[in-house]
Amino acid sequence: MRRISVALVFFAVLVGLWELAVRSGRWSAVLLPSPLYVAEYLWAALLDGTLLEAAWVTLKRLLVGYAAGVLIGLPLGLLTSMSQTLEDTIGAMALGLQTLPSVCWVPLALVWFGQTESAMLFVVVMGTVWSVIIATDYGARSIPPIYARAARTMGSEGMHKWVYVILPASLPFLVTGMKQGWAFAWRSLMAAEIYVTILTGFGLGHLLHYGRELNAMDQVIGIMIVIVLIGLLADRLLFSPWERFLHSRWGTNVKAS
Amino acid sequence: MQSPPAPHDGVPAKLIVEGVSKRFTSQRATVQALDNVSLTMAEGEFVCLIGPSGCGKSTLLDIMAGLTVPDSGRVLADGKLVQGPGRQRLVMFQEPALFPWLDAFGNVMFGLKLRDDLKARERKEIAEHFLKLVGLETFKHAHVHELSGGMKQRVALARALAPNPQVLLMDEPFAALDALTRDQLYDDIQRIWMGSRKTIIFVTHNVREAVCLGDRVVLMSPSPGRIASIFDIALPRPRDINSPELAGYTSRIAAALKGTLKEAVSE
Repeated sequence: MRRISVALVFFAVLVGLWELAVRSGRWSAVLLPSPLYVAEYLWAALLDGTLLEAAWVTLKRLLVGYAAGVLIGLPLGLLTSMSQTLEDTIGAMALGLQTLPSVCWVPLALVWFGQTESAMLFVVVMGTVWSVIIATDYGARSIPPIYARAARTMGSEGMHKWVYVILPASLPFLVTGMKQGWAFAWRSLMAAEIYVTILTGFGLGHLLHYGRELNAMDQVIGIMIVIVLIGLLADRLLFSPWERFLHSRWGTNVKAS
Repeated sequence: MQSPPAPHDGVPAKLIVEGVSKRFTSQRATVQALDNVSLTMAEGEFVCLIGPSGCGKSTLLDIMAGLTVPDSGRVLADGKLVQGPGRQRLVMFQEPALFPWLDAFGNVMFGLKLRDDLKARERKEIAEHFLKLVGLETFKHAHVHELSGGMKQRVALARALAPNPQVLLMDEPFAALDALTRDQLYDDIQRIWMGSRKTIIFVTHNVREAVCLGDRVVLMSPSPGRIASIFDIALPRPRDINSPELAGYTSRIAAALKGTLKEAVSE
């Protein structure tokens, strides 16, 4: 309870400083709208449904792209951890492409797929899959070999070893990897939505883009806040339970959560 | 003192090591870890392997477990060639090697779940029985990191015993524990061994420990790893590690151990 109130006070002070900056009159109200106007915009957008619809469209894309990225990246990461040849080929490619900012995939996606959902999905998957491969590969390689040895003597081989030993043993790394993958997917999608204007669905990135076109800074800032909130919420809902499980089982980071 | 590597009269051989050699090659050096080692262990026997580091005692244990393949020679368990790890020969390592994603009970259940011949209820009962045997029934749902070093090794012991292996291979399992905890575990392991009469091969570099636990103490010498001599320990059980009767054996074996070191240096 105390932690929540401290956090609330912190953010209240932050908004107060923002309002003070606006009232000082040093910046044009068009460039720096009052938090009140931003709240008004968000409320109106919520009431007329644009906000929820855009958030829904964005989340749908995000979940599909992220799921595809994880479903491709996880097995590939496990494979590269098992074979030196795959590590030298797919692993090296993943390492290289991971350094490529996901927005760099946009031109290619536009040429290949046009202004379509597929282009959007392509950018998200490309933004996600490489970091998931690398995290999984690193995780599977970091497992103390003694676990596999102990499991082998007890008769755990092949699939059983992978499902009941290697996978759970690499859980701490997998969760880190999937979390990183999520952040990458989120970034990629926003880049894609800002640059790829399509008619099949208006996402949060599009609202951001049109906010700029219309010079509506209340909309731009409002949508940015929504994007941050969704990111935080996803972290709480998707990853916190796993992290709590890991901390309690592995005995790491006792202070947090 | 140098008795032939044969089992005690009338008791069938459980584990036979025949002319086993193993050499490890790295970029910088080649190490002859084991050179033509032969040893026979009787059913229900408690054999301690002792020797300075580098004498190949852990390698020999790994080969008996089937985790390492020898360059030449072979290991027979119940007359059958050992070609890989098997549930009949479970290993306890120096580190507990418990799985942190499972609680104490789950760890003991791991090997049991791999036995198809048991019903779910039987598995549960067996796991509970062995947790109780090592005195940890109240720590059933404890997480691994919540257990002390000694408790972890107890869980590892329960995990190794639960699937009912015929041979228990122990690789310096108590080396990382404090003296008090170790003394307690000597009592426990003897009590459990006397109750179950499993064949136990116990690797250690602690002479007292070897004398306290072993029916026979097999002394190995390094580079190349060979069996230097074998001592029969004719003391009643249960033995107390601090009892004076142990001291005679201990000093004799310790002297022989020093001898193997001198030889290795002068070579």
